Amino acid sequence: MSVRRLAAEQPEGFAFSPENLAWAEAQLKKYPEGRQASAVIPILWRAQEQCGGWLPEPALRTVADMLGLAHIRIYEIATFYTMFNLAPVGRYYVQVCGTTPCWLRGADEIKAACRTLIGEPGHVTPDGLFSWTEVECLGACVNAPMVQINKDYYEDLTPDRLEWILANLKAGREVMPGPQNGRQASAPLSGPRTLQAPESN
Amino acid sequence: MLADKDRIFKNLYGQHDWRLEAARARGAWDGTKALIERGHDAIIEEVKASGLRGRGGAGFPTGLKWSFMPTKSDGRPNYLVINADESEPGTCKDRDIMRHDPHLLVEGALLAAFAMRAHTSYIYIRGEFIREREILQSAIDEAYEDKLIGKNNVNGWDFELYLHHGAGAYICGEETALLESLEGKKGMPRLKPPFPANVGLYGAPTTVNNVESIAVVPDILRRGATWFASLGKPNNTGTKLFCISGHVNEPCTVEEEMGIELRELIDRHAGGVRGGWDNLYAVIPGGSSVPCLPASLCNDLTMDFDALRDLKTGLGTAAVIVMDKSTDIIRAIARLSYFYKHESCGQCTPCREGTGWMWRVLERMAKGQAEKGEIDMLLDVSYQVEGHTICALGDAAAWPVQGLIRHFRHVIEERIDAEATRPLAPSVPVAAE
Repeated sequence: MSVRRLAAEQPEGFAFSPENLAWAEAQLKKYPEGRQASAVIPILWRAQEQCGGWLPEPALRTVADMLGLAHIRIYEIATFYTMFNLAPVGRYYVQVCGTTPCWLRGADEIKAACRTLIGEPGHVTPDGLFSWTEVECLGACVNAPMVQINKDYYEDLTPDRLEWILANLKAGREVMPGPQNGRQASAPLSGPRTLQAPESN
Repeated sequence: MLADKDRIFKNLYGQHDWRLEAARARGAWDGTKALIERGHDAIIEEVKASGLRGRGGAGFPTGLKWSFMPTKSDGRPNYLVINADESEPGTCKDRDIMRHDPHLLVEGALLAAFAMRAHTSYIYIRGEFIREREILQSAIDEAYEDKLIGKNNVNGWDFELYLHHGAGAYICGEETALLESLEGKKGMPRLKPPFPANVGLYGAPTTVNNVESIAVVPDILRRGATWFASLGKPNNTGTKLFCISGHVNEPCTVEEEMGIELRELIDRHAGGVRGGWDNLYAVIPGGSSVPCLPASLCNDLTMDFDALRDLKTGLGTAAVIVMDKSTDIIRAIARLSYFYKHESCGQCTPCREGTGWMWRVLERMAKGQAEKGEIDMLLDVSYQVEGHTICALGDAAAWPVQGLIRHFRHVIEERIDAEATRPLAPSVPVAAE
């Protein structure tokens, strides 16, 4: 378990944008009548996206009211699921996988690079661009070490490559996600040893 | 080596397009209607005959699991829930299925749901897989547009398939925690019985299957149970996706026959152990939850459920984590213990307290700052956690620790000795002058 609390400073209120509200209402249709609470995680996630990567307390209450949930239930959910950020994060939120498969391939060096480039975990840079944290296994173990920045995975990293990625993001340039050493997805670095026929049917 | 013609995942690395047209060219959605016309029970029998064992870690026979679903409805619907909450450290196979061959999963979902008389299915994908979710949703949309699934589809079985996502909780990979999460609650596992096949999602009969178990079903039905059962070993049939990570020259995911030798798997597909086979130190053969093995047991090791069980470990998700001689094995396992401490849902006391306790002791042992008697105490505590919790996370947290002590007790002892005889740093005042 991890101890997670709501941030001390909270905005006044929260309202979904019309598009997000329509999206949320469409989500409810996925679940049987009377089971609309099922949509709580996807809708909270959309709220987090709208708030720039974190969930303020008014957003929690808004979603709870929308789904007919007691407020305590939504606080439970927001504190249980670790992808919900309860305090502001940087525009580029770097999540470093530190679990053993990544650790074996140099996650400690990636963490050290984050400390140098961004600061302590949870700290947002003064320009509001970056913050980072260590997370548990992100499920890209054969492409270790790796980080997730917002929606994308950046894999097969070195500290230098991470520095290069962050510099590009800072300059507003797009960076190709995925493996950073030129390999194809989860294939061996020197190229697939299987499925080599042009269309292996 | 498994021949390319026998591979199920023909676009494992994403060399080709994942979209419907390309998936069809690779054989997906071929004659699905005819498969459905065989009938519910014929499909279950075929899957039983193939010997397919669940690919999510436990290895329970898939066809048998399906046969537990009620054949006559008492008014409640049957549900199929697909577990795509892939979070077991070392495992990254379902991700490749969902981003590169999603139609295998969508077609498999229809066939499995039909076999179990379910008209509705939910796929629960982990929250971090955002791009994978986008692709899978597009594939589902394509299937709807082509009337392959949905109401009055061309395959003749009304079927709604919904994609649902989590938000970062390893425990939601446990089937009942997953159902709780899907119902909009904290992911805390339920007591069994009742089993999900009787009381599952929304109180209705439910079967939860892993992504890989479902995605191989269309090929098993098309090519026949005999073909699938001819691969691998008896009781461990078919092909399997292996994820080889850690200290190998070329980490990768690869589809291979069940029962392949570990050494062949590593040498042929992953470019060998870093520094050569003799530099191998330890292997975790099936994802973080199974006990590690020392190199001395790895020489003739075959990768299947039964051979690994005989060595008191397991095939799990077939995520092979390789460690060479540079590895600090105590730290490697301590990091896993931290993982379980972080991911314990906190419901059962032995797990909530035990995972943190085991991690803290291992952190001290990694520095040598422990008593030798504490090794047996740690082992004892691990047995008090194992089997005393609602779900298997307690077991999963205990087994890596037990594997460490079983095979590497001498390393812990040597480190304690080294710390005890280490000269104190000069800055520390030794005694009053």
